[in-house]
Amino acid sequence: MTLSFKVMKPGMSTTVQDFGRWGHQAMGMPVAGAMDPEALAFANVLAGNEPGDAALEITLLGPTLAVEGTGAVAAAGADLGFRLNGVPAPMWTCIPVSEGDVISFSGPAGNGCRTILAVSGGIDVPEVMGSRSTYVRAGIGGFFGRALKTGDTVACGAPPALWKAAAGFSCPENLRPARDPEAPIRAVPGPQDDAFTEEGLDTLFSSAYTITNQADRMGYRLEGPKVAHRAGADIVSDAIPLGAIQVPGHGQPIVMLADRQTTGGYTKAAVVLTADLANLAQRMPGQGVRFARSTPEEGAKLLAERAARLDSLLQLRAEFRSRPRNGTGGTRAASGGFSMKIDGKTATIQWQEL
Amino acid sequence: MVETPVPRLLDAGDSCLVAEFGTTVDRALNAKVQALKKALSRSAPRGLVELVPTYRSLAVYYDPRVLPRDALKTRIEGLCENLDASGTEAGRVVTIPVCYGGTFGPDLENVCAHTGLSAKEVIARHAGRDTYCFMLGFTPGFAYLGGMDESLATPRLENPRTVIPAGSVGIAGKQTGIYPIDSPGGWQLIGRTPLAIFDPLRNPPTLVEAGDWVRFEPVGEAEFDAIRSAAKAGTYELKTGTRKEAD
Repeated sequence: MTLSFKVMKPGMSTTVQDFGRWGHQAMGMPVAGAMDPEALAFANVLAGNEPGDAALEITLLGPTLAVEGTGAVAAAGADLGFRLNGVPAPMWTCIPVSEGDVISFSGPAGNGCRTILAVSGGIDVPEVMGSRSTYVRAGIGGFFGRALKTGDTVACGAPPALWKAAAGFSCPENLRPARDPEAPIRAVPGPQDDAFTEEGLDTLFSSAYTITNQADRMGYRLEGPKVAHRAGADIVSDAIPLGAIQVPGHGQPIVMLADRQTTGGYTKAAVVLTADLANLAQRMPGQGVRFARSTPEEGAKLLAERAARLDSLLQLRAEFRSRPRNGTGGTRAASGGFSMKIDGKTATIQWQEL
Repeated sequence: MVETPVPRLLDAGDSCLVAEFGTTVDRALNAKVQALKKALSRSAPRGLVELVPTYRSLAVYYDPRVLPRDALKTRIEGLCENLDASGTEAGRVVTIPVCYGGTFGPDLENVCAHTGLSAKEVIARHAGRDTYCFMLGFTPGFAYLGGMDESLATPRLENPRTVIPAGSVGIAGKQTGIYPIDSPGGWQLIGRTPLAIFDPLRNPPTLVEAGDWVRFEPVGEAEFDAIRSAAKAGTYELKTGTRKEAD
């Protein structure tokens, strides 16, 4: 029996996301997709799926979900207090769940605001324009185009053949993407860097900015020293790439994120490196941002490193699945358990095959 | 005349190059954008993610792990040497039926009052001239149309509406446009089309693409209903044609 979840509490904003609806921006269709795509890929691989399968993106305050059926789940991203049946459960780990289990989140631990809960088989919602991502503003994709509500039942796809063999598989700490709230956010100047004075660009790359309350999946409005234009802030509309640092006439930067509109008429001083976007998207209103000048070459190098980390995880999963169990040369354990320390308390997870 | 336009190639981060042909709203300039888009999609290199044409530039999204930036730059520069961007008046024409006035066009009277034209004349002038789709953006399926008869220019509403039904046809200053989805807005609404301008479940989801011409065709209420039913049943055939340079 495949897995499904009954939503007991929806959380602040829980939506279905994958890598996004690329390929349709020429129609004005925003891309959407996971704000931390590396967390999506890791959670999926841990749950036994393909890296880009649809999963739940959880924001700050997580949902409470009652499990129906049997399968595996894995959480990756920020620590939002992931729990199974009220007991802290390890993130970055493949956890078998079965009928009657309850998944919940006790609250953010302070290392970010978004986590991905991947489920074996992926979230089973129809593909719309090639993606299962939710674009809430137009009600397109995902679970009926909206965030989850109490009473919803979310179905999962047929679990991948080897999901049971990955139960207990955990991502080693040194492979987990680091999300450092102090790290500078690297960005490539342009495409309208020439619309700003030299001092204006220097201000952008040398000042401390704060994330305002107007920060969501569409973009983060920042507050800090004004970035000065040469003549004006308006341009004849052109494309808004992911991570564009748009600066309207008021001089305060806005970083355009997953749900950004495809085109716009404000000058863009720089564009954040793709690999650094999750580091920004995990920050919350009130937290700081500093930008650092970078190059497309550095961005490409970081993306290659990110791909290599995912390859390592896939390799480890393959080894884990084919390892001998309990010293009996290939017989799989029917049950097991592990414990780990969270916030000074030791939590024990027990699992068994039904 | 074959032009050899040379765009500025601007970095927009590590996964997007912008080929900028100019900084103004101009059909000859937009024709170059369209010509490069066609040339690149005809021989799409591996690692090309998507192309987003705008008024004056083409955004080329790429995967730098598959398609290195410098290789893409060389490719674009090569294509630009042989671009044929001469056909600024030619292109596909898409006919969009519109029921003007009444409940569908509550601001037709405003446009009449502002322009001093009769309702009949406003409709005749709005439908009498093809408009050119420079680009799509703003919301899914929204076409930026240029070339409306300027005698129809009317400022936006002072108090924008909170909900405008999908399919509404409006005027804002010198622009005309169609709301593809229910959304708030301040355009003067003069009519509505029975067609779904944007339907994410249809292939293709939009009726109009950048580079197309839009021809508005006045229809009565009975015809509006008939077209709407046919479109919902999937039996309506969109009227399209080809516009020649001399038209």
